[in-house]
Amino acid sequence: MLKYTVKRILLAIVTILIISAITFFAMNAIPGGPFSKEKAPDPAVQAVLEARYNLDKPVGQQFILYMQNLLHGDFGVSLKTGREIATVISEKFAVSARLGGMAAGFAIIVGLVLGSIAALCRNHWPDRLIIFLTTLFVSVPSFILATMLLLIFALQLKWVGVFSTSNPNYVLPVISLMLYPMSYITRLTKSSMLDVLGQDYIRTARAKGVRESLIIFKHALRNALIPVITYVGPMIAGILTGSMVIETVFTIGGLGTEFVHSINNQDYPMIMATTIFLAVLMVVATLVSDLIYKLVDPKINFD
Amino acid sequence: MTYNADKLPKKNLLSLQIDLKKFEKASDSEKAQHETMRESTTFFKDGMRKLRKNPLAMISLCVLIALVVTIVVVPLFYPYSYEQMISVNGKRDKTAKNLAPFTYSKNEQKAIEEGQQIFPHIFGTDELCRDYFIRVIYGARVSLMVGLFASLIVLVIGLLYGSISGYFGGKVDMVMMRIVDIIYSLPDTLMVVLLSVVLNQVIGDSLRGTVFARMGNNMISLFIVFGVLYWVGMARLVRGQILSIKTNEYVLAARALGAKPGRIIKKHILPNCMSVIFISVALQIPSAIFTESFLSFIGLGVQAPMPSLGSLANSARGGMQSYPYKMVFPAVIICLIVLSFNLLGDGLRDAFDPKLRR
Repeated sequence: MLKYTVKRILLAIVTILIISAITFFAMNAIPGGPFSKEKAPDPAVQAVLEARYNLDKPVGQQFILYMQNLLHGDFGVSLKTGREIATVISEKFAVSARLGGMAAGFAIIVGLVLGSIAALCRNHWPDRLIIFLTTLFVSVPSFILATMLLLIFALQLKWVGVFSTSNPNYVLPVISLMLYPMSYITRLTKSSMLDVLGQDYIRTARAKGVRESLIIFKHALRNALIPVITYVGPMIAGILTGSMVIETVFTIGGLGTEFVHSINNQDYPMIMATTIFLAVLMVVATLVSDLIYKLVDPKINFD
Repeated sequence: MTYNADKLPKKNLLSLQIDLKKFEKASDSEKAQHETMRESTTFFKDGMRKLRKNPLAMISLCVLIALVVTIVVVPLFYPYSYEQMISVNGKRDKTAKNLAPFTYSKNEQKAIEEGQQIFPHIFGTDELCRDYFIRVIYGARVSLMVGLFASLIVLVIGLLYGSISGYFGGKVDMVMMRIVDIIYSLPDTLMVVLLSVVLNQVIGDSLRGTVFARMGNNMISLFIVFGVLYWVGMARLVRGQILSIKTNEYVLAARALGAKPGRIIKKHILPNCMSVIFISVALQIPSAIFTESFLSFIGLGVQAPMPSLGSLANSARGGMQSYPYKMVFPAVIICLIVLSFNLLGDGLRDAFDPKLRR
C-alpha cells in the first residue's frame, strides 16, 4: 500500500508540474506581451515595466520564478482588473465550491438510489424508465439543458426564482450541474449492483434466510459502491469544468464565470492561474479517489 | 473411377499401401451428415444478426442515415445558403429578421402577392436575416464532420501507438505507457480550453491561402487538441487487446513462419480486436460533438459565419424568451445525433464485444 501511495503521489506531482509547464509555455507562445499596445509606450517605461514583472529574463527563468511565486501563494495580477489573482480565485471559488459540492453530493445520493432501483427491478418498467432518462440526460449538452430548465421552470412556470446575489436560489443550477454525473453514477451502480447480486455470497445469504433489506444494504450495496468510488475523481473534474457553463448560464459569479470571462478578455495571467488551480484540484481529487478505492476494496492486493 | 478391393495388386509386406478391405462404404444417412443444413455464420454475420434484433440500435442507425442523407442532399437544391442574407428582387430584405417558422417578411409578402414564388423559411430566420433551416443543416454538417474527423484522428494515433506499445512489450511498452499515463491524468477539458486559446492565437495567419484556411483556426486547433490529448484512451484499449491476443497460438505460428511484426499486427492481431476498437470509435463521436459544443459555448468553437450546432444553440440563448424555437431546433438535432450514436454504440457493443458474447 505504501509503495502504491508513494507512486501515485509522485505521479500526481509530476502531472501538476507538467500541467504548469504546458500552461506557462503555451501562454508564452502567444505573440505579443502584456505591455505591447497599439500605441507603443516609451522604451524606458517599457523596460521598467518588463523588469518589474520579470519579463526581461529568459523564459526558463521566468517559469521558475513563476512557480516559486505560485508556491508562495502569489498568482500574479489580472491584466484587465489589476486585482490580485489569488484573492479573486479564493473569493470566487467559495461560490463554485458550494455549487459544485451540492451538485456532487446530490449526484452521488440520487445516482446510487436510482442505480440500485434499476438493478433490483431489472427489465421491469422502473429500470427501463431510469435507463431511458439517464441515456437522455447524457445526450444533452449541459448549457442547452440549463437554458431549457431556466426557461421552463423559472421564466414560464415561475416555480423557482432566478438566481441573483440577493436571492441565491441554487435549485436549478444544482440540478443542471448534477444530471450528467448522476446519470453516469446510476448506470455504474446498476451494472456493479447486478454484478454483485449474481455472486455466490448473495445466494448463500438468501439461502440462510437473511432479510432481503439486509442483503441489499449490507451485502450488495456496500460491495457495489466500490466501482463508484473511482468515478468520484473524474466527476469532480467534470463538475469543475461543467460549472463554467452552468455559472455563465445562470450568471452566478463563481470561478467558472471568471474563467470564461478571462478567456473572452484574453486575460492571460488569469487564464494561466485558474487553469493551474483547477488542474491541481482535479489531480488531487483523482488521487484521493484512487487511494480510497485501493483502501476500501479488499480484493485488490498491493504489490 | 472406383476401386475394387479384389483387383488391387498384391500388397507388399513393407508397403504402406492402404488395405481397402478394411474400409466400408458410407451409408446414405452417413452421407447426409455432411450436407450443410444451414450456412455457417461468421463472427460478423452473427454480430449483425444480433444488432438487427436490437430495435433501439436499428432506430438510431436509421435516424443517423436519414440525417446524413438530409445533410448531404438538402443544400444541393435549397435556394438559400448559410451565410446569405435574404433578399427580395435582388435587394437585401431587412424586414426578414427573426421570422418565426413558415412565415414571410413584409417584403416577401408583397413579392408573393405580385405573383413571385418564394421558398418558405422552414425554421424561420435569424437575427441577421439568414434562413435558419439551412444554418441548422450546415451546423449539423459541421458538428458531424468534427465528430467524425476527431474520432478518425484519435483512431489512427491510438491504433499506431497502442499496437506498437502492446506488440513490442518490455521496456518500449513501459516507457510508452508512462507517457500515456501522464497525458491521461491531465484534466482533458481544461487542456482543451487552454490549447484552443493558445492555438487560436498562434496559428493565426500561418494558414492563410491553404485548404485549412476555410475551416478556420478554431476548428484546426480543435483537431490538434484531439490529436494531442484524446488518443490515449484508444491507445490503452488497443494495447490491452493486443497484449491478450498476442499470446494466442496462431500468432506464435505466424512468428515461427518468419512473418514480420508489421504483418503480424496488420493481418493477425488488428482484425481480431477491430470490433472493440470500432465500438469505441462510435462512442468517441458524440464526445467530440460535445466537446465542440462546449468550446462553442465559451467562445472557442467554429468561426462565424460558419455555424455548428453548438454555436447556433449558444447564440440562441440571448433571445431565448422571444425566440425559443431558435434554441430548440439545434438542441434537438444535437440530442438526436448524440443519442443515436450512444445507442448505436451500446448496440454494437452488445452485438460484437467478445467479452459480452455468450
